[in-house]
Amino acid sequence: MAATVSPERDVVVPPIQRAFREGLYAGAIALGLFVLFIGLRTDQNISNELILVQRWLLLALVVIATAVGRFLYVGYAQPAMERAKAEKAKAPAVVAEPGFVRQNFNKIGIVVLLLYPIAMVLAFGFQGSLKWVDNFGIQILIYVMLAWGLNIVVGLAGLLDLGYVAFYAVGAYAYALLGTHFGLSFWILLPAAGCMAAFWGVMLGFPVLRLRGDYLAIVTLAFGEIIRLVIINWREVTNGSAGISGIPKVSFFGLMSFNVSDPNYIAKVLHIAQSGAYYKIFLYYLILALCFLTAFVTIRLRRLPVGRAWEALREDEIACRSLGINTTTTKLTAFATGAMFGGFAGSFFAARQGFVSPESFVFLESAIILAIVVLGGMGSLGGIAVAALVMIGGTEILRELGFLKVVFGPDFTPELYRMLLFGMAMVIVMLWKPRGFVGSREPTAFLKERRAVSGSFTKEGHG
Amino acid sequence: MNTTPSSSDFILQVEHLSMKFGGLVAIGDLSFQARRGEITALIGPNGAGKTTVFNCITGFYKPTEGMITLNKRDGSTYLLERLPNHEIPARANVARTFQNIRLFSGMTLLENLLVAQHNKLMKASGYTFLGLFGFPSYRQASAESIELARHWLEKADLVDRADDPAGDLPYGAQRRLEIARAMCTGPELLCLDEPAAGLNPRESAALNELLMDIKNSTSILLIEHDMSVVMQISDHVVVLEYGRKISDGSPQTVRTDPRVIAAYLGVDDEEVEEVLTEVGDEDVIEQLDTGPDSAHGPGNSASMMAGPVSDSVEHADEGERVTVSKGASKAAQVDARAASIASNPQPAAKPAAKSSAAKVAPKKPAAKAPAAKADSASKGTQAAAKPTSGKRGGDK
Repeated sequence: MAATVSPERDVVVPPIQRAFREGLYAGAIALGLFVLFIGLRTDQNISNELILVQRWLLLALVVIATAVGRFLYVGYAQPAMERAKAEKAKAPAVVAEPGFVRQNFNKIGIVVLLLYPIAMVLAFGFQGSLKWVDNFGIQILIYVMLAWGLNIVVGLAGLLDLGYVAFYAVGAYAYALLGTHFGLSFWILLPAAGCMAAFWGVMLGFPVLRLRGDYLAIVTLAFGEIIRLVIINWREVTNGSAGISGIPKVSFFGLMSFNVSDPNYIAKVLHIAQSGAYYKIFLYYLILALCFLTAFVTIRLRRLPVGRAWEALREDEIACRSLGINTTTTKLTAFATGAMFGGFAGSFFAARQGFVSPESFVFLESAIILAIVVLGGMGSLGGIAVAALVMIGGTEILRELGFLKVVFGPDFTPELYRMLLFGMAMVIVMLWKPRGFVGSREPTAFLKERRAVSGSFTKEGHG
Repeated sequence: MNTTPSSSDFILQVEHLSMKFGGLVAIGDLSFQARRGEITALIGPNGAGKTTVFNCITGFYKPTEGMITLNKRDGSTYLLERLPNHEIPARANVARTFQNIRLFSGMTLLENLLVAQHNKLMKASGYTFLGLFGFPSYRQASAESIELARHWLEKADLVDRADDPAGDLPYGAQRRLEIARAMCTGPELLCLDEPAAGLNPRESAALNELLMDIKNSTSILLIEHDMSVVMQISDHVVVLEYGRKISDGSPQTVRTDPRVIAAYLGVDDEEVEEVLTEVGDEDVIEQLDTGPDSAHGPGNSASMMAGPVSDSVEHADEGERVTVSKGASKAAQVDARAASIASNPQPAAKPAAKSSAAKVAPKKPAAKAPAAKADSASKGTQAAAKPTSGKRGGDK
């Protein structure tokens, strides 16, 4: 009975007829779905009674739009795409020489990053550039640095860490507490905060080393929450959820200060007009330097035995042990190195904000950082930087979309759509490039020529 | 313990090695030696415990009992069962490959071989700190390690593909790469777990060549099912069945050992009898006779106990365990035959006596009945010798 094919399957339906049918189906499904969502709406009237608002016109518009959309897609868009595909297959395969931008992507990126504040100042003046340098430049670069730090743990060593924000918090509170209580300089506390975060990385690493995959993720998630809860509840030290304010600003290596009242305030020393933009521009270059440091160390480490061991660990842990690699210390170094960069970023964050509170270190931050790493392509620095630009820059740009109020009415607030944008971007990128923006892996050594390893061979790691 | 020259002759000495998983005996009291500069093959039917022996030697399992001694060329001695897993390759210089290939598939061939030189490079890079700042000593070590990798890639005939990902290689080449990677750790003893599995005859011949080449510098311990490989290249063969050694010697002696034939080929019951009497293997008979278990042991009663115990275990435990059906161990069956022939015991039950009586008479017609009896006798001896051997698990 399985051999008999139903006769109507053999009949070739003309595309327009099929499109019409599919459009009708889609309309019917939309009607069923939206009749309660859109057609009826509960509201309150003036005397606080529950009333039912009926919106049949809106419902009809949505259903018709769905049906027509499906009709057009099946009837016209799909055949057109198939034709284009067939034509492309017929044409001789031309290996496109990568364009100038693609070839020199890193160099162009570095130059753009270096010139960015200058361009902004020229374009908008000192006061006008504040928003672009601070909200966009510094904000994105902080996430780039965090994601590059997490990339060592997740992308290279393949250890899924959902509590990365804990190390960010350790770094931030290390600077905030030591800076406010002992008046130590940022330049001393930056390495100290990194060391402290690395120490906590090892502390976390030891007990969870025997865990793999999902279990490791859950424990690191819990660790992130523990740190946050300790910060909230240890009021005597951390001032609880009120946070710590008055965190000292970073000085220009002790030579110049950015406090207007200080005798060596930068404007007084250089005899220029007073402006808050100097500090922001200085911070921009500071975080850029920290990012470059992270990238430099990551690139160097990948070519050293420890970096290769991390990647080997991601590929196959048992084979690593059979080759005499101490997997325990290798995992710990990955945790510690990643945590250290998180600590650096944290102390920078505290210095930039001048205020830290547990609100800044919720799980959502960990999730965003991890999402940036995954979207960018695990292990690839360039891809991760682009992902941070799109994700963080995209959410920041939503604030600039106030003009849409004209279209959608006065109670439209684009910022509220931040998470929607985030989710949509992730779904689209994962459909289009399941291995992230840069799915291939750059080999760390070569005999004849360096060829990128396709993402289909690399593993994600499982512990 | 390497004071006597004879013991340092052996690169590896396995003494009374036992590995138990709960109540399951995967290896029972195994002792053998591997000579330096030789290829020692470890063979046996599926589930005989070969890979478990490997896992004990390379530290993936900690043996329940026994001692594994490795004598290095420089005279130092390591007790492998006491070393942590990763120190066995690092300090005792024992490298291994895996039955199911374990390459770093997303890394290039060259990188695979560089990872294998991890410990050496780690020292050269001053545990990362010197390397991070690009000290020339590390650069030199790095260049040397690439040269070593190139050397082994050439030996494995893979140098053309050095910059391709390892996962992209065909199966046979992956096998060779895994051997090359193990060799890059600079081992004194190389443990190969079924290197010829899944290779076609040509690839298999190339592998033989590679192994003969390696043998000049490194002793090899080999698990293999492909008898053409084993008989051609090995100098010494150890045969396992159900976790016990049933034969040990040169390929020729092992090949003619009736117990090996029985274990490996699953000889019919009648044939076993024939083989034994034909060979008239006095050694085997004598050896078995001196054992406590052959005839005078608790025979019958033990066999009566063995049944129910193994049954209950089979039902109670997680599905991993496999119960050996009665008389499944062909070698034990041969032993039992030998025992019943040699010492004409007063054993099991009256039918056993009948079977020994049948021995005098022409064998062929009596075949069926004694066969069944021998089964029960074999079970008796087996149970007496190794009470827990009623059940065993896969070693993979």
